[in-house]
Amino acid sequence: MEILNLARQSILTPVGIHDGDIEKIMSRLLSSPVDAADIYFQSSHSESWVMEGGIIKEGSHNIDQGAGVRAVSGEKTGFAYSDRIELPVLLEAANNVKAIVRQGQEAQVGLVKAANRSPYYPSINPLKSLTDQQKIDLLRKVDSETRKLDGRIEEVIVSMVGVHDSILVANQDGSLAADVRPLVRMNVTVIVEENGHREQGSMGGGARSDYSCFIEEDQALEYGREAVRQALVNLEATEAPAGNMTVVLGPGWPGILLHEAIGHGLEGDFNRKGTSAFSGRVGERVASDLCTVVDDGTLAGRRGSLSIDDEGTITEKTVLIENGILKGYMQDKLNARLMGVKPTGNGRRQSYAHLPMPRMTNTYMLPGPHNPQDIIKSVKKGLYARNFAGGQVDITSGKFVFSASEAYLIENGRITRPVKGATLIGNGPDVLTKVSMVGNDLELDSGVGTCGKDGQSVPVGVGQPTLKIDGLTIGGTSV
Amino acid sequence: MQNQQEINRLKNIVQELLDEAVKQGASAAEAGLSQENGLSVSARLGDVETIEHHCDQGLGVTVYFGRRKGSASTTDLSSASIKETVSAACSIARYTSDDNYAGLPDKELLATEFPDLDLNHPWAISADEAIALAIECEDAARSFHPEISNSEGASINTHQGIRVMGNTLGFLHGYASTRHSLSCSVLAQRGDSMQRDYWYSVARNALNLEPAVDVGKKSAQRALRRLEARSLSTRQSPVLYCAETASGLLGSFIGAISGGNLYRKSSFLLDALGTQVFPKFIHIYEQPFLKGALGSSAYDGEGVATKARDIVSEGILQGYVLSTYSARKLGMQSTGNAGGVHNLTITPGQLDYPAMLKELNTGLLVTELMGQGVNMVTGDYSRGAAGFWVENGEIQYPVEEITIAGNLKDMFKNIIAVGSDVDYRGNIRTGSILAERMSIAGE
Repeated sequence: MEILNLARQSILTPVGIHDGDIEKIMSRLLSSPVDAADIYFQSSHSESWVMEGGIIKEGSHNIDQGAGVRAVSGEKTGFAYSDRIELPVLLEAANNVKAIVRQGQEAQVGLVKAANRSPYYPSINPLKSLTDQQKIDLLRKVDSETRKLDGRIEEVIVSMVGVHDSILVANQDGSLAADVRPLVRMNVTVIVEENGHREQGSMGGGARSDYSCFIEEDQALEYGREAVRQALVNLEATEAPAGNMTVVLGPGWPGILLHEAIGHGLEGDFNRKGTSAFSGRVGERVASDLCTVVDDGTLAGRRGSLSIDDEGTITEKTVLIENGILKGYMQDKLNARLMGVKPTGNGRRQSYAHLPMPRMTNTYMLPGPHNPQDIIKSVKKGLYARNFAGGQVDITSGKFVFSASEAYLIENGRITRPVKGATLIGNGPDVLTKVSMVGNDLELDSGVGTCGKDGQSVPVGVGQPTLKIDGLTIGGTSV
Repeated sequence: MQNQQEINRLKNIVQELLDEAVKQGASAAEAGLSQENGLSVSARLGDVETIEHHCDQGLGVTVYFGRRKGSASTTDLSSASIKETVSAACSIARYTSDDNYAGLPDKELLATEFPDLDLNHPWAISADEAIALAIECEDAARSFHPEISNSEGASINTHQGIRVMGNTLGFLHGYASTRHSLSCSVLAQRGDSMQRDYWYSVARNALNLEPAVDVGKKSAQRALRRLEARSLSTRQSPVLYCAETASGLLGSFIGAISGGNLYRKSSFLLDALGTQVFPKFIHIYEQPFLKGALGSSAYDGEGVATKARDIVSEGILQGYVLSTYSARKLGMQSTGNAGGVHNLTITPGQLDYPAMLKELNTGLLVTELMGQGVNMVTGDYSRGAAGFWVENGEIQYPVEEITIAGNLKDMFKNIIAVGSDVDYRGNIRTGSILAERMSIAGE
């Protein structure tokens, strides 16, 4: 069945809303002279399973559905939402939000199907891809196989989450766009103990797919092995040094540096308002010429991918930085219109209960010319950061920070010993100008990223090749 | 009263749901329901930017079949949806394992007294009035100084909600509460240096909000004082956490004595009960019955009665922070903390903010922390920071792009002083905290 009908069936049919009702709500919204308006319908079913202490400890099933109604005039936005998808409730919401503009007039809207394209992920319900018995059998297998890996393992926690999200967006031009978005994620956390000393390791992955992605090639067991490996490395780790030194970032998940240090500062809203450290700098050099960074919503099955964004715009691969030169920002409709540029398919919202804003999808740096071993060999004294726990940025000052969960010292061109507790801090607009080598080993993360902005969480992807940065501040305890 | 009628209606829904769970074979069940309405407006550069009307509802249920449990939630409160939600929870309980520690709280621990905690003060403010107030707030910030160059806007939020909680032991209670806030965020610029900061006020009763003009001015002052911040060379020094950042330190302490981390042995304060965790002058306690406070509640997320109690006295750890499940795992009794602590308070010291700066003498004043960087298992602590370098009790210049590091166990033991400059805006009430010595990493 085509996506539009699938979405209608999961969201509108159960609540008895028809296209004619959507036309009525839109006509109500447009009875004030607004620049833009949309109605966003969503039905999201999710489940989660947790295994801990060798037992299936928790399971839950959650239904979240509702609709959000928005009217935009100039820089002004009126917004209302409800968990009740009922015509009178939504007409009332439309009345409330169009009050953002004063005078009224008559309007008539007829819905038409939005132009579509083939999606980047299947329109499936991952919750139904395994029986409940098969799901818990999978968790039990991961738990028991992981526990066998090392005698020092004290605890294994395995969790699995599946989401079946259907959305419909009606826009002021009458176009009706739809998307069905599967999302699955698994995580394995391991606690190890040796001589009374405890450490932790964690690994997971996910995709816009069904649970079969964890079973193929024993992917789930690989998460367990990787979590154990990280935990054991941390058992050996000593205190991280403090001070400024050369940092080599490993490929894949350390791309969170790009996301925090660069990506947020290139979101259209901050730049339209002039509050980002990157504001007004399109065409300027913001990175060494080795750096080309893109935001790409079109990768098949990736966690951050979208066939259309939450405003119905078709997603694309947007070049943010090309050979070190800032090319453009990520845009939603509102900020694109106010800045006089095209939307880039980055208008995202956590749910119907939140307003859309420019957000990243999958953000990564393209590969460069260097062999990763040569990059390590080129460092006399520095830090090799292989994994990160998370980060944060101040958009205005450009300062960012992130915490390494797996890091090693590099001494005389060789990785010598693991260190723990390393926090990296730097300045977004400077950091990529200090990139002196870029590996030929681009990797995307395993599908675990969640980005927070203004209290809204959305799934994202990050990636990069091995990178060498000439000088970042490392906050350790060993001075 | 209209509120009481609505509470009763929602109580009936919860009771209907619990009855349905028993009908579907559950040996026990608990459920929580919340309903919230709100208005948020924001103004930027002197004009309205957004008006948002909020309307949320949600229902969550946990069913037990003996010692197996299943949970489900929905935003649809219709009878049909309630039946489906209960079925979904029951279906999950067929697949979860027997867990000897799972189950409802002990009946004798459930709350039986429900004092009026003065939590419900609806704010009769229209969207237009709220916009005017937000504009007034932002104007005060923008006109404060010529170096205030841009704005992220000012916003007003008002929320009014009802929560109902019930279980098959006969507990069924609901109450209404409100929460209002006012915030402003502006940018300051001098040459190439651009900095942003904010200030906010939050209260159950809008009469207790700081005046809009004051909130605006403070946001401007805070942005201005950060201009031309620089890094520090790598060094060790004492660190003064301002009240807002000090509450994060206490938050880490609560994390370390929380049941979930203790029974998983993922805490740097395992077996610390009865031992000296802080210096002798430190007293930390919970005040669940404070009238009108943000963390006040007669019962926790499971219906267990909350208690006004000492968590630390004379620096010695007196109790953990436990839910029913984590308490049973530890062979203890719930402390009424399912869902967290209630107005956690550290007794303020004698020194006000300027006196605390004098006590710091020469060192770092931290006003902002960034990133994670707290390892609960080991207590290792390393976070991005911004603030001011202080010499002889006087602020010298703003600093940024540094990290501060230490181990929480040592940091707690070596606290030198707690200020009288308490931040009352959150569920953790503390003045500024002076830590003896930490590693600062910078340029």
